[in-house]
Amino acid sequence: MDLRGKKVVLHDMCLRDGMHAKQHQISLEQMMSIAKGLDEAGMPLIEVTHGDGLGGSSVNYGFPAHSDEEYLKAVVGVVKNAKISALLLPGIGTVDHLKMAADLGVTTIRVATHCTEADVSEQHIGMAAQMGLDTVGFLMMTHMIEAEQIVEQAKLMESYGANCIYCTDSAGYLLPDQVKERIALLRRELKPETELGFHAHHNLSLGVMNSLVAVEAGANRIDGSVAGLGAGAGNTPLEVLVAVMDRMEVNHGIDLYKIMDVAEDLVTPIMDNPIRIDRDSLTLGYAGVYSSFLLFAKRAAAKYGVSSRDILVELGRRRTVGGQEDMIEDLALDMAKARGLI
Amino acid sequence: MAEKIKAAIIGPGNIGTDLLMKALRSELIEPVWMVGVDPDSPGLSRAKEMGLKVTADGVDGMLATMKADGVQICFDATSAYVHAENSRKVNEQGALMIDLTPAAIGPYCVPPVNLKDALAAGSTNVNMVTCGGQATIPMVAAVSRVQSVSYGEIVATVSSKSVGPGTRKNIDEFTRTTAGAVEKVGGARKGKAIIVINPAEPPLIMRDTIHCLTDETPDQDAIRKSVDDMVAEVQKYVPGYRLKNGPVFDGNRVSMFMEVEGLGDFLPKYAGNLDIMTAAGLRTAEMFAEEMLAGRFTLPTIASV
Repeated sequence: MDLRGKKVVLHDMCLRDGMHAKQHQISLEQMMSIAKGLDEAGMPLIEVTHGDGLGGSSVNYGFPAHSDEEYLKAVVGVVKNAKISALLLPGIGTVDHLKMAADLGVTTIRVATHCTEADVSEQHIGMAAQMGLDTVGFLMMTHMIEAEQIVEQAKLMESYGANCIYCTDSAGYLLPDQVKERIALLRRELKPETELGFHAHHNLSLGVMNSLVAVEAGANRIDGSVAGLGAGAGNTPLEVLVAVMDRMEVNHGIDLYKIMDVAEDLVTPIMDNPIRIDRDSLTLGYAGVYSSFLLFAKRAAAKYGVSSRDILVELGRRRTVGGQEDMIEDLALDMAKARGLI
Repeated sequence: MAEKIKAAIIGPGNIGTDLLMKALRSELIEPVWMVGVDPDSPGLSRAKEMGLKVTADGVDGMLATMKADGVQICFDATSAYVHAENSRKVNEQGALMIDLTPAAIGPYCVPPVNLKDALAAGSTNVNMVTCGGQATIPMVAAVSRVQSVSYGEIVATVSSKSVGPGTRKNIDEFTRTTAGAVEKVGGARKGKAIIVINPAEPPLIMRDTIHCLTDETPDQDAIRKSVDDMVAEVQKYVPGYRLKNGPVFDGNRVSMFMEVEGLGDFLPKYAGNLDIMTAAGLRTAEMFAEEMLAGRFTLPTIASV
């Protein structure tokens, strides 16, 4: 694979996707120190939001230690060069949240929908584009449909005003060839000026490999997370990706030693549990399940005496999508009843 | 045949047609008009075959004769954008408006919770909130009538096929309107609403989760009884309304997991979200009709504008 001289914009997720792994309890001080470290390492984009995006604060997804406003204000204030992005899932957050984030200095808005439901993003993408923001259409769970269908949905988002489209492997399920097929077709079919991004989860240990494949196939934005801090087995570990890209002579603009230090000194120490591929996160990748279901399944399993792997496999079989966290306790109750446990 | 109150349905789409099929079985409501805007609409032809008067000229096409035809109740199953105009016009002709759009210019109405208040207030326009609201607010109210609820949150998961283009274009309206009604009708001090759309095939039956946070430790027995009673009330007009699991008590959290299967009149059974809207709309109309027939309800005269 020859990626020499390719320019890639890296986007850090540890303060947004990482919120899942931290049950949305990252402190303001931790956010600020990590953001500052990332900024000094040359990270161009840092996402900061509740794990489920703006407005995600809820019983269903977890109440965060601080509001989106507090986190965004704190982080925007400490970075010098990095731009701050926010995630928004229509159905959870609204355009009011979007305006709030823009007012606080967020310059990139990523509007996320399930891969078949792009048309719920029209008002949010339209508004963000109208406000002159870097506007990203973020298609989740793209392993569930074929490349041609992804293109149709991406074109909708492009028509609403998105200047960048993401193909997101929310379950960490895609194999390298599947990433290649999806990104290559998107690159062929979307406008040449539309940027293309890829977001991985490391559940099958393919985060770095799939990200490289995506770049080769035409993606120019790659998400990852320092020390991998993210849902499931985490996102593509950025310091690893940077080291690999260094050796492949990719133009990424990051100081490798500095980002290694952020991972080791700032992010790893705040982890509640090691971010690794354990039995349950492996099941996410194997069964095609939304990565943020992980901790909910573990908790429901412990509470009702059923197996978290069984819960996750069943959620995959029922083709659940992102946001259906409420299914997990419901399903655990059904399983416990069926086994005569309650 | 006992006397019935005559009604018009505005909007011959999926919702309007499903409502028509339910209304034809009603002992209190007699649908006499179907109003559309497209002469080629299959919904209008169907209504015509069923013996209704039809027009493709919008509400204006019915106004001249609606009084003479005895129309006292109108249902609006169009969109929030045109609802206010429709409502003003039919109110002027002395008819009550039942709003199935998310326009919400009149008070929210969730039949088993506050229909009596709407009757008592003599409203000329009542709004049926949203599908998610109809499916979940009775449960919030079932808890809040036992003890105070500081926060009510609902998650509605619906099949992709049951979400029309209007809802998709303005999904924020769903979250805002539903959250508002969780507070105003459900009785939670703060409300939050989340909608998730799932494209699985075969389509999933509408499911809803309701979380309430109570101020004091939940009175489990009283809440269980209140929830069971409320489910029975909703089942009177939506037989496929089921409490799947719960109430689950976890500290001050009370959670209910529901499934809503429709009757399958015109819309498929999985689209319980649409069925509960049409059923709630008709239920509301029937309660008003009962009062009208008993001479206890007359629409306040509206000055012409």
